[in-house]
Amino acid sequence: MSGHESTYKPGNAFTKWLDSRLPIIRLASDSFIDFPTPKNLNYWYTFGGILAICLAIQIITGVILAMHYTPDVTQAFASVERIMRDVPFGWLMRNIHTVGASMFFLAVYIHMFRGLYYGSHKAPREVLWLLGCVIFFLMIATAFLGYMLPWGQMSLHGANVIVNLFGAIPLVGESIKAWLLGGPSIGNQTLQRFFSLHYLLPFMIAGVVILHIWALHVPGNGNPEGVEVKDVEKDTVPFHPYYTVKDGFAIVVFLIIFAVLVFYLPNVLGHADNYIEANPLITPSHIVPEWYMLPFYAILRAITFDIGPIQAKLLGVIAMFASIGVLFLLPWLDTSKVKSMRYRPVARQFFFAFVAAGLMLGWCGASNPDDPVFPSLKGADAIVVEFTDPDGTKGTVTFKEKREIDAYEAGDAFQEQKIAEGATGVTLGTQTAKTFTFLHLAQILTGFYFAYFLIILPLLGLRETPKDEPESIHKAVLAGKRGSAAAATE
Amino acid sequence: MTIFRTLAAGLGALALTLSAQAAGGAKHAHAPDDGWPFAGPVGQLEMDSVQRGYQVYREVCSSCHGMDLLSYRNLGEKGGPYYDPAYPNANDNPMVKAFAASDEILDPIPNDAGDHDYRPARTSDPFRTPYANKQAARAANGGALPPDLSVITKARGDGADGSGASYVFSLLSGYPDSDEISTRTGDDGLNVNYLRFNEEHLHGTLVQPAGQYYNPYFSGDTGAQWDGDPRHVPEGGFLAMAPQLIEGRVEYIDGTEASVEQMAYDVAQFLQWAGDPKQEQRKALGLPSILYLLLLAILLWFSYHRIWRNVDH
Ligand code: HEC
Ligand code: HEM
Repeated sequence: MSGHESTYKPGNAFTKWLDSRLPIIRLASDSFIDFPTPKNLNYWYTFGGILAICLAIQIITGVILAMHYTPDVTQAFASVERIMRDVPFGWLMRNIHTVGASMFFLAVYIHMFRGLYYGSHKAPREVLWLLGCVIFFLMIATAFLGYMLPWGQMSLHGANVIVNLFGAIPLVGESIKAWLLGGPSIGNQTLQRFFSLHYLLPFMIAGVVILHIWALHVPGNGNPEGVEVKDVEKDTVPFHPYYTVKDGFAIVVFLIIFAVLVFYLPNVLGHADNYIEANPLITPSHIVPEWYMLPFYAILRAITFDIGPIQAKLLGVIAMFASIGVLFLLPWLDTSKVKSMRYRPVARQFFFAFVAAGLMLGWCGASNPDDPVFPSLKGADAIVVEFTDPDGTKGTVTFKEKREIDAYEAGDAFQEQKIAEGATGVTLGTQTAKTFTFLHLAQILTGFYFAYFLIILPLLGLRETPKDEPESIHKAVLAGKRGSAAAATE
Repeated sequence: MTIFRTLAAGLGALALTLSAQAAGGAKHAHAPDDGWPFAGPVGQLEMDSVQRGYQVYREVCSSCHGMDLLSYRNLGEKGGPYYDPAYPNANDNPMVKAFAASDEILDPIPNDAGDHDYRPARTSDPFRTPYANKQAARAANGGALPPDLSVITKARGDGADGSGASYVFSLLSGYPDSDEISTRTGDDGLNVNYLRFNEEHLHGTLVQPAGQYYNPYFSGDTGAQWDGDPRHVPEGGFLAMAPQLIEGRVEYIDGTEASVEQMAYDVAQFLQWAGDPKQEQRKALGLPSILYLLLLAILLWFSYHRIWRNVDH
């Protein structure tokens, strides 16, 4: 890999011989030992290393699970339980793999927000960012495929919801659906192809990660100050031991949280319905994806209106894919020359609002869209009596008395009176009070999500007055030192 | 930067709480008054209770519910209710052998004439199933399928430790008392059972459909059977399982008094074990693993400070 002069010197006859034939030790040494790395990277920059560990963990545990798993609709559910019960340490492998998927996404989200905050997507690192987006997309696909394998109720019905979305695409939708499922509906053939692809994709991720790191090592790391390395002597330190030890510390802290979940709360991030064996005839009352997909699910469900000839369902699908697709355009949407938000006072505030919007979209995705966001602000539902008079005229009367019980009693008395009068089809029901629901919240947040990328970032880059950037990493570090020393003596 | 930090911490915390989905309209299940002995990082199953729970399962539940994922040998394996260090191989454990031998099962392997015989179960056999197939199970239960109970404690609740056992406990001990249920003769001359609610908002009568039993912890919808303010319907739903645990339904071998709560507690704890027989091993390995990682983190922290001590950063 390029970017800096190679400093590797083969130490003995064998390494000399190898170096002139396959300089692999040189490559490793230049990439992970001597690689000049800015000295001001903070802990947000340790998540790349954490992600590499996550990928390795998923692959190792996954390969072991695959030795015992049976991709057959009549046996898949029981085979996963067999792994937990009868395979030595099978419970450990399975818990690590399941919790690991969540930890992987937790890390990737932090890693991506880090990039957004420090402008890691800007020149000269656009390709690096794009490769990251490809990895993220492959991760979502892999997790979706993998969630099918335990063959629980959520596996089946969650996959059904997602695959049905493709049916909304005009002309080719139905064919795509049949092609994904391997038939008209989810069956054994679907489980088998999902298993095959779930095994394949992580290795494709691994391939893209290699490109990702290559693309990192051409321009070198960015850093929290957003200014490029000017003087390798003053601005950088060799990767090893400086960052191996710092990353190592962060990885172990991350693994502690991981271990708490694996050993004490293995099911807390999952859904109980997935411990009910899949049954196509019974649909769970509340289908929700795994937590890490909830924001995208909320965007999908937020579109409940048609625009021109395009139906709401298709628009929802487009919005969901666009919410990931827009990340690929970010390097060109963000017009600011200043990388780090440390020096972008206005953009910084919007960034925090964006993070909050992402979290709240997750909350919307987990909630029933018709439920009130603030139940205490919701007014009382009204009582409605519907009836058909003996002469055939239909009518409805609404009761909105202030005290709930009064409304009900008035409605009840009216209902009896109508029955006594010989009216038919008399029913007493409710009319839900208008209130601010999760659907409304999700619509606002979806609007903000897209506005952030398509309007706010492009405009701010042109109009915002950034603060003065430091001259160099070295100077920024010294200034920071002086600042904190001054604060300490105050 | 602190905001950024707080937000990231919030991301993790939110992710955790988000996954705790609210169940549709049912009363929130509760743990027994003194909590579960197995709860928490060092909690352990109370094996006497798990043994009593197995007795309740054998004598009551097993006539309708199978447990396909369990075999008799599991009872005597490490972490199981009849584990005995004198018999590291559970198949030699006399208790386990006796339990197996007292159940007759249809041999899955045909005899020399090609027929399947009944024979006493062996320790390696899965638990005896009450019905030959799902159709037979439905036919015997008014169309409802008694679910397999092997993983029921993982299939209910919100994934938190013990929430599934709390559900089973609440459900089985949560049916209304028989004196809360009245009977009247309906318009068609048939008897209907109903419950009266006299709370401030919850005011009206709930009719129990024939063959269905009201339980506030069961997730369902009571709206259609409710005569009262439709804005306040009773929590819970109707299920096809009649109250099974009646005072003194089993006579415990160890002499414990068989109150409804006691039986519900015991069988819930038995099912908690059955749903995750390796839970004790799992928790036991947790502490050393985390301590090891903590130690490693401390070492790395000091190495980090030592390595970086001469570098401004
Ligand atoms: C007479 C047969 C019968 C017996 C005995 C019986 N059950 Fe059930 N059980 C059923 C049926 C039928 C259902 C399904 C109810 C439905 O879905 O409407 C059921 C459902 C359940 C459920 C699931 C409720 C849910 O959330 O879906 C649990 C848990 C349960 N039984 C536990 C037990 C336990 C524990 C015992 C022993 C104490 C027991 N049952 C004894 C017939 C029985
Ligand atoms: C399997 C998943 C991934 C792995 C293993 C991985 C690995 C890494 C590693 C080791 C680094 C260098 C250390 C660091 O700066 O944090 C890095 C940097 C980076 N990653 Fe990733 N990454 C993954 C996913 C992603 C995704 C999904 C994105 C964004 C969409 C992304 C964007 C970036 C960017 C922009 C950088 C450069 C940061 C900088 O130096 O300023 N990565 N990645």
